[in-house]
Amino acid sequence: MHKIAEKKQLADTITLMKVEAPMVVREAKPGQFVVVRLDEFAERIPLTICDADKARGTVTLIIQQLGRSTKDLCALKAGDQIRDILGPLGNPTEIEKFGTVVIIGGGVGAAELYTAAKALKEKGNKVITIIGARNKSLIILEDEFKPIADEVLITTDDGSYGIKGFVTDALKKVISEQKVDRVICCGPIPMMKAVTMTAKPHNIPAIVSLNAILLDATGMCGSCRCTIEGKTKFSCVDGPEFDGYKVDFDELMARNKRFLDEERRALEV
Amino acid sequence: MAINKTPRQEIPARNPEERNKDFKEVSLGFTEEQAVLEAQRCIACKKKPCCNGCPVEIDIPEFIKLVAKKDYKGAIQKIKEKNNLPAICGRVCPQETQCEALCTLIAKGQPVAIGALERFVADREAEHPGSKEPPVIKEKKDIKVAVVGAGPAGLTAAADLARYGYKVTLFESLSASGGVLRYGIPEFRLPKAILDRETEYIKSLGVEIKYNILIGRTFSIADLFKDGYKAIFLGTGAGLPYFLGIPGENLNGVYSANEFLTRVNLMHAYEFPKYKTPVKIGERVAVVGAGNTAMDCVRVAKRLGAKDAIIVYRRSEAEAPARRAELEHAKEERIEFRFLTAPIKIEGNEKGEVKSMTCLKMELGEPDASGRRRPVPIKGSEYEMPVDTVIIAVGQGPNPLIAHTTKELAVDEKSGELKIDENCMTSIKGIFAGGDITTGEGTVIAAMGAGKKAAAAIDKFLKKK
Ligand SMILES: Cc1cc2nc3c(=O)[nH]c(=O)nc-3n(C[C@H](O)[C@H](O)[C@H](O)COP(=O)(O)OP(=O)(O)OC[C@H]3O[C@@H](n4cnc5c(N)ncnc54)[C@H](O)[C@@H]3O)c2cc1C
Ligand SMILES: Cc1cc2nc3c(=O)[nH]c(=O)nc-3n(C[C@H](O)[C@H](O)[C@H](O)COP(=O)(O)OP(=O)(O)OC[C@H]3O[C@@H](n4cnc5c(N)ncnc54)[C@H](O)[C@@H]3O)c2cc1C
Ligand code: SF4
Repeated sequence: MHKIAEKKQLADTITLMKVEAPMVVREAKPGQFVVVRLDEFAERIPLTICDADKARGTVTLIIQQLGRSTKDLCALKAGDQIRDILGPLGNPTEIEKFGTVVIIGGGVGAAELYTAAKALKEKGNKVITIIGARNKSLIILEDEFKPIADEVLITTDDGSYGIKGFVTDALKKVISEQKVDRVICCGPIPMMKAVTMTAKPHNIPAIVSLNAILLDATGMCGSCRCTIEGKTKFSCVDGPEFDGYKVDFDELMARNKRFLDEERRALEV
Repeated sequence: MAINKTPRQEIPARNPEERNKDFKEVSLGFTEEQAVLEAQRCIACKKKPCCNGCPVEIDIPEFIKLVAKKDYKGAIQKIKEKNNLPAICGRVCPQETQCEALCTLIAKGQPVAIGALERFVADREAEHPGSKEPPVIKEKKDIKVAVVGAGPAGLTAAADLARYGYKVTLFESLSASGGVLRYGIPEFRLPKAILDRETEYIKSLGVEIKYNILIGRTFSIADLFKDGYKAIFLGTGAGLPYFLGIPGENLNGVYSANEFLTRVNLMHAYEFPKYKTPVKIGERVAVVGAGNTAMDCVRVAKRLGAKDAIIVYRRSEAEAPARRAELEHAKEERIEFRFLTAPIKIEGNEKGEVKSMTCLKMELGEPDASGRRRPVPIKGSEYEMPVDTVIIAVGQGPNPLIAHTTKELAVDEKSGELKIDENCMTSIKGIFAGGDITTGEGTVIAAMGAGKKAAAAIDKFLKKK
């Protein structure tokens, strides 16, 4: 059992939780995730470790409410218990001195890149962060990124805050103004695809964090298989980060729709 | 001794037309009367060939003699001298190729139903808990041993190590015990309540089980030594699913056997939406393969409501690796079999969902390295089979995670299996291994045998230190 030590509402449908998971924090590194099972009846769902407090033994999770499982999780209060937390899982983000790194987060994806941004900055990189969302109310972590990033750019689809447009518009602007050595992106699949396409003509390596549908997340079931450079890979153990140039995004988009009917049914009960 | 003329007792099973719609146990097991009659068939031959067929060497004639005398408490104790999980083995062991294959009575007709008797004795104990004897534990030592993986190999090693007196912690990455017994073998073949019961027994020996810990990620092997564990047993199994490598395998509606079975068994998808994990199943389901895994998948598919649940296998029935009992049960449950048929591609619709599978017909040629006759494609026999779900059940390999994250562990390059010496020790001193991680997919009882052997080797190793 894992107690929720703290809970904060970041936006309408986005919740931050600090959860006691001392086993997980010991080895946790940027880019890794946990699998959470709320109770006996719940699904196993992957959530990125947005921060790990080794002294308190808590992990920070930022959850966007989408369907049944995330709704049930977000309904929990501080002091409530989560049944199972497995992790840290997945390969950590590569933290090297690359030069200038642009970190791009779409929606809750911004949260997933927070510790990586911090670590990359500490390694001596220039870190530029682009946070994008549909509208102003869904922008998260702007204040948290400001002290660690050299620059924070915000985009909203409707122009209610920051630059009106997509994260790719902001990325194009950054690329036109300075040399970029690496792009790291986490967000909706179409967004990661678009970011990759934007980086490619300039030969800038683009790392994407794939949100395939996981089940056991230990490499046992193959639910999260993706095609990377024509080969089948399991995103839980081979990823979740991959070289964007090699990812078959269209297949991933189709595969992530495979339980749409069931997801709807689960919401009705 | 005169041969008893009573025929082998039939193991009762539920009506196929009823059972293929639910997840309750198929085989009902012997009644007391049947068990005694069957036990009396054993001629208690001197050489006890059956014991050689049992990987943990249960004294089979001895326990059977006790059943014949209705001393069930004595019988279960006899079994438990060697086997900690009798209710499980009595249900899932491939007896026809193990103990029963060597029974002297085969020469005269049919072997003693050893597996069914073992199950009877174990179930009887559970129904009459008063008869339980407290386990014997040798002198407690202040030495910590870590066991990784709560499958049959790990559970057995942990139990034996606890009996040797060690402080045993069992680390399991899933949220429950059993390994394949939990996530693979369905409820209708091995009720989870039995697994829970046997797990409780192992805990009663003093084994501490920690769930949701993936060794190699949550803690590294080095962490375990740092935390004071003096020896480690790795029983992490063969959980890496193999695919066919044919076009269309990533279409929606293609599952690996592990994904399909894990959704249903571990996560209770058959009780969706009460349990929140979904599984999607079509009207026509093809399962590729003919081992136990394939039989489990196809019978689960039928129970989830598939109109047609079809086994597609490139060899003939004689080569099918599944237990005979499961094959027969599957046939009774209206599973369709297409032998000598090999899939070569899967086609999808515009939404990326499976709509058909193209197959080639095969014939049997010369025997291959496995001694089985090799399937050879028949030219021009290609045909399309309309299906909306495909489950790939063509085997699995050793779980690579620990080897990947522990560079000094020697691994067989081709198979990915961990290398061990005659003392079950890996290339790292103090780390032992056994079960499917060292052999590739095997059997429950072979994994248990390996766990036992490793526990004895660990005891020897720690005593020498
Ligand atoms: C490595 C990884 C890290 C993630 N980190 C975060 C995070 O930090 N914060 C966050 O809010 N979300 C994160 N996600 C996504 C999150 O796991 C899904 O949003 C969640 O599982 C949806 O469950 P649901 O029942 O609420 O929604 P549903 O209605 O069931 O599904 C909505 C959509 O979410 C996706 N999804 C559904 N089930 C799963 C599953 N088991 N695994 C992955 N995706 C699924 C599918 O694309 C689906 O169409 C992460 C996903 C991955 C793979
Ligand atoms: C569907 C199916 C049906 C079968 N039917 C039969 C049958 O009828 N009869 C029979 O005799 N055999 C059968 N088998 C084979 C048999 O189940 C296996 O040979 C046996 O379970 C192997 O035992 P094991 O302990 O080596 O591994 P497993 O049972 O695979 O257990 C390994 C355990 O280790 C855990 N684990 C893995 N990695 C880690 C890690 N890094 N950290 C912590 N934990 C970890 C896993 O979660 C799992 O619980 C079947 C197999 C399958 C897949
Ligand atoms: S454990 Fe398996 S092999 Fe041994 S006697 Fe029982 S059924 Fe036969």
